[in-house]
Amino acid sequence: MKSAIIVGALLLTVVLLIALPWYAPYFYIFIGTEILIMGLFAASFNLVFGYTGMLSFGHAAFFGIGTYATAMLLLHLQWPLLACLAVSMGVGALLALVIGFMSVRLNEVYFAMLTLAFGMMVFSIAHMWRSVTNGSDGIAGFTLGEFGLGIDLTLGNPAVYYHVVLGIVIVAALVLYLICRSSFGMTLQAIRQNAERVSFCGLNIRNYRLAAFTISGAFAGLAGGMMAPFLRVASPEMMHWSTSAEPVLMSILGGTGYFLGPFVGSALFVLLETWITSITQAWMLFLGIVLALMVMFFRRGILGTFLDWWLDKK
Amino acid sequence: MSGFGSALLNSLDIGLLLFVIAVGLNIVFGVLNVINFAHGALYMLGAYLAFTLMNLLGLSFIVALIVAPMAVAVIAVLIDRLVLRYIYERDIADSLLLTFALLLIINESVRMIWGSGIHTVQPPEMLRGSVELFGDARYPVYSLFVIVVGLVLVAALWFIFNRTRAGKIMRAAALDRDMAEALCINTKLVVTGVFAFGAWLAALGGVVAAPMRALDPGMGDKIIIESFIVVVIGGLGSFPGALAGAMVLGLIHGLGGRYLPEINLLLPFVGMALVLLFKPNGLMGKGANV
Amino acid sequence: MSDPILKIHNLTKRFGGNTAVSGINLEVAPRETLAIIGPNGAGKTTFYNMVSGRMVPTEGSIELNGQDITGLKPHKISRMGVSRSFQLNNIFPEMSVRQNVEVALSAYHGYSRKLFNIASGNKKVQDEADELLERLSIGDLSDQRAGIISYGDKRLLEIAVVLATKPKLVLLDEPTAGMTPDETRRVTRLIRSLADSGDYTFLITEHDMGVVFDLADRILVMHRGESLVVGTVDEVKNHPEVKKAYLGEDDEDDNDREAAV
Repeated sequence: MKSAIIVGALLLTVVLLIALPWYAPYFYIFIGTEILIMGLFAASFNLVFGYTGMLSFGHAAFFGIGTYATAMLLLHLQWPLLACLAVSMGVGALLALVIGFMSVRLNEVYFAMLTLAFGMMVFSIAHMWRSVTNGSDGIAGFTLGEFGLGIDLTLGNPAVYYHVVLGIVIVAALVLYLICRSSFGMTLQAIRQNAERVSFCGLNIRNYRLAAFTISGAFAGLAGGMMAPFLRVASPEMMHWSTSAEPVLMSILGGTGYFLGPFVGSALFVLLETWITSITQAWMLFLGIVLALMVMFFRRGILGTFLDWWLDKK
Repeated sequence: MSGFGSALLNSLDIGLLLFVIAVGLNIVFGVLNVINFAHGALYMLGAYLAFTLMNLLGLSFIVALIVAPMAVAVIAVLIDRLVLRYIYERDIADSLLLTFALLLIINESVRMIWGSGIHTVQPPEMLRGSVELFGDARYPVYSLFVIVVGLVLVAALWFIFNRTRAGKIMRAAALDRDMAEALCINTKLVVTGVFAFGAWLAALGGVVAAPMRALDPGMGDKIIIESFIVVVIGGLGSFPGALAGAMVLGLIHGLGGRYLPEINLLLPFVGMALVLLFKPNGLMGKGANV
Repeated sequence: MSDPILKIHNLTKRFGGNTAVSGINLEVAPRETLAIIGPNGAGKTTFYNMVSGRMVPTEGSIELNGQDITGLKPHKISRMGVSRSFQLNNIFPEMSVRQNVEVALSAYHGYSRKLFNIASGNKKVQDEADELLERLSIGDLSDQRAGIISYGDKRLLEIAVVLATKPKLVLLDEPTAGMTPDETRRVTRLIRSLADSGDYTFLITEHDMGVVFDLADRILVMHRGESLVVGTVDEVKNHPEVKKAYLGEDDEDDNDREAAV
């Protein structure tokens, strides 16, 4: 019964999202695009944190390298968008594999430190390597050409781009969800709850952690790739630890214990940010306070607290 | 050769300053099993408080050196009592998240109170100017002062950890909290005390560093990354490790700054990556592995 | 002994200046039940840690069915047919009782790598899990969250998870610790039926001498990291040094327990 309600709610949400450009003010098309992209970014982070139990403070590195990859391909080679996004996924995965290899074999405290440090290293490289990344100015001036697969779309139209992002995010989220429901996903959750017991069942948990981290990097890269045409620039800020903080907060805000938590968190976060920054400059302060309060008193997040209560009811 | 000499002195001075900051991080970890992400922000707070005391209130450097770290220590006690104590019993990730939130809060508060611009603090009269060393090289007096302060602190900290009761309690609490509680060592007091002490050290580092560096709201971020690198290279939870790691990083900065300036920013990360690949526990650390 | 399942030679573990285990020599026959007793601090858990791969021995060697497993990582040793339980409950608290076993079964069957199946849809694994839970008489708890079941049931669940990977050698670390007399009886009966089935070799550390005498074919007595004596129940019961060092105190416990029962 309850699962029927959940499926119904999801379908309704999807329909509302599809119809958004027709009933909402123009401005909300941009909000919607940002929520979707950041939601995928947060969900990729949560695969590593909520499911596998590894706290990464450097996820922006994978997101950022995705923005650069797409930006550069669009600028220099004018590839179709889908091809660029595929490359963004690939480089995100590759970077995650390298950083993960050095970081997953250490305990969670080290892991948090290292991901932050490596994330900032990638940021420094993007900042300094002017010849490739154009330094702090970032890469701009690229335009969207084709979509790919022979489908003809005017990607320059924000409403069209919004629908494209919606479609890609829904597909990506489904794939991610399948991974979470698989035996692999179940094993990841077991690792979070009791890593040692899993290794005593005969599994090399380091490999599982690295695999989760790499998959996460791929989806973060995909999100970053979609962000580049949206912002029209790929800049080092996309890799700074303050960007890494966003999926963390979104996941905590929505709830790290459920798959859709990060998406709900993304919506709340973006809407809050839009509202708060219109009033004050102190957005980061607000972010810090909200994060602190959530961790102290609402650890399961908004969606999480609700679902915990509702699913337990008879 | 004189260039090399001053590069070495640079390494010593940077290294010792990093040591003071990283050791605070280490002892908090030793007792709480948590890395305080806000540690760099506390360092920055110390520097900005010194700026206010010296530039805006016209007080002397000595006053700043005494008052600013104490003030930050008090703030740390408040943080511990009001915020951190809620989550000590929980998953480590929650503590990490909370210190990260504190980092955001302190960073932005500094930005709001003192502005995003750069401020500078002058060294006190007595320590200005430079002296002749190694023939024709000149070296800033203040940097020599930093080296002296650093060495004094190394000795003092060694003494505290190895020869005093407080040090023994800290080490006991670090090794086995349950046992320490069973022995009626009031761990809550120890925890708050150590946290405050770590903050005091960080802020002291900030005050000492203030005349040498420009103050900007990003300085805390830079130093926390450096502290992490120190701790990874040297090994977490180890006093000699913090010293070793800080010295290595000091050398990287000092020599790298002189001989390899273009990639100077990346060298520390490369060093860290090398240590991670070949000696994950750090040069002197214990038990970093899962 | 011909073809022991476990052959331990001069096993030693030192931590800095402290010697936790010193020079243990032992051969374990297949399908026997060997109890390891000794006061706290005798080195029993360190011994287990070395056999299961959690710690690397300072000296000595461990052979499993003729293969050297000294210093191998826990997951490798586990794959070779060794499984262990822990003193403190080591299960997955947020999963259901059945899922706990399914995780172990998935690992055993090699399903854990599958990225795109539906974990909860695997009938075969579910049925196997239910069977195992039945065998341990906690089948009625299969849908409960593992974190909230009773302490005794958690210990039984842990044994189920331990057995799910179809080990040949099972190390149980104080399986009846903290249990009521009722629960202790239940577990003891269960272990005996498992031991009698001939599928497993058991090593059991225990403080409860009643359980030990009930289950053990042989006993290893450890004291201060060394092996005091290895022998049958009677040999150990009548060994003068053991009586002096260890069993003397426990006679009172035996009387107390009999009175309670």
